[in-house]
Amino acid sequence: MEQLAQLGRIGISTLERLGRGHVLLLHMLSGVTALLVRPKLLIAQIHSVGVLSMLIITVSGLFVGMVLALQGYYILSQFGAEETLGVMVAASLVRELGPVVTGLLFAGRAGSALTAEIGLMKATEQLSGLEMMAIDPIKRILTPRFMAGLISMPLLAALFSAIGVIGGHFVGVGLLGVDDGAYWSQMQAKIDLHEDIFNGVIKSIVFGFVCTWIALFQGHDCVPTSEGVSRATTRTVVHSALAVLCLDFVLTALMFGE
Amino acid sequence: MQNSAVNQKLMPLHPNDNNEPLVKIRGLRFYRGNRAIFDGIDIDIPKGSITAIMGPSGTGKTTLLKLIGGQLRPDGGTIHVNGQNVHQLNNKDLYKLRMSMGMLFQSGALLTDIDVFDNVAYPLREHTKLPESIIRKLVLMKLEAVGLRGARNLMPSELSGGMARRVALARAIVFDPEMVMYDEPFTGQDPISMGVLIKLIPRLNKASQLTSIVVSHDVEETSNIADVIYVISNGKVIAGGPSEQVANSDSPWVRQFMDGQADGPVPFHFPAEPLETDILGN
Repeated sequence: MEQLAQLGRIGISTLERLGRGHVLLLHMLSGVTALLVRPKLLIAQIHSVGVLSMLIITVSGLFVGMVLALQGYYILSQFGAEETLGVMVAASLVRELGPVVTGLLFAGRAGSALTAEIGLMKATEQLSGLEMMAIDPIKRILTPRFMAGLISMPLLAALFSAIGVIGGHFVGVGLLGVDDGAYWSQMQAKIDLHEDIFNGVIKSIVFGFVCTWIALFQGHDCVPTSEGVSRATTRTVVHSALAVLCLDFVLTALMFGE
Repeated sequence: MQNSAVNQKLMPLHPNDNNEPLVKIRGLRFYRGNRAIFDGIDIDIPKGSITAIMGPSGTGKTTLLKLIGGQLRPDGGTIHVNGQNVHQLNNKDLYKLRMSMGMLFQSGALLTDIDVFDNVAYPLREHTKLPESIIRKLVLMKLEAVGLRGARNLMPSELSGGMARRVALARAIVFDPEMVMYDEPFTGQDPISMGVLIKLIPRLNKASQLTSIVVSHDVEETSNIADVIYVISNGKVIAGGPSEQVANSDSPWVRQFMDGQADGPVPFHFPAEPLETDILGN
């Protein structure tokens, strides 16, 4: 009986958190129009969330592209299809690895930073201080960060894919001797704007939305102590990673399933 | 002591003024889980006074300020500020009311990514369209009032605890509010910083015609500057009235708190089973 009650408590607590998360999301969205009047707030956050994530995204994209080319060449050469290496690298990146790996890196780099920042602002009463100054902390502090995450993530995913293609070219054409013209022309002929690129962009927008929402909610909902902030930061990375991987399966099934 | 009796003893500070208090708390109840933080307390904060809310740690003094500011909702009772029931206001009116309140948080609550000047200017930039030249003058005047005009370019991380609270005080009064709430202003201060704050609070109260609420457990410092004192313990107001009256109260609860006695109505030991049973077992 006690176990059943425990299960019930966990269920109620989970539902409560979900409810609070959705209320926070609506509150953040209600502040979007105010951002149009003060674009500087958004630009500052795009710098913090997006621009400062560019290094890790660029380096990761480069290495992922290089590994894809190596593995792809090994398999394709067994069938004499090395010329299609460019298509394989580009399709893998724009359809899957670009949005997914960027989502995971984004959660680790920008998401954890957002949670820690908001959590510490809560712990040091900065958010309460804003409320007492008659300033809505959610609209003033959280909304610009949310929109910055939403805008930055697809751009970072595009950067990841572009750098990955260059990395693949470096290994495939530069080191393994695949024909330069075939690498680019096959890619140009086979990668479809709607089917591949557009669907990849949708995925990255969804991942950006979810990762930023989770990060901001965890920061805003954390226990305002050092341990609470630490736990919230860990939860952000774990929940975001799981959400990205689960949503990727759902979106892939919807976009490419028969 | 009954709350009604406490309130009957309260004398108006300015007999010619309207006797209606700026903050009127009636039957306030607030629970955390099953624990009653406030169990039907009545408090009046007279206009123009410095009112101290005192009591042992954990009695909910900071919670009371958050309830007055509308950051928390009570489980029962009412809080009227300037005649308005704080918890029946919609968000817009609540924010409007908060513009007439200032709050000095225990930690200062300064925004850590901007300097002292920008922290003080923050509410002005958010709520007004004043030109920068006017904002600069207003901010420098408020910083001058707290003695930190020269520290305008420092970042919060470069300030001592006392300086951070004075900057926060400058920010709290930048809109010339009617009321300022001080949350444990003396805690953790060195004697010099404490002396500065003890001078500053009455000076600002008088110069700006404020109403101040000081939440503290520093008996001596707070008693010296307060016109009215309320002592809260176990969710009840155990004493309230003009500061001399409370300071001379013969209630054992009040005496234990005011004289800093380790044991008394508030026991030294946290409730536990007898020591012998705990150590030797049954």
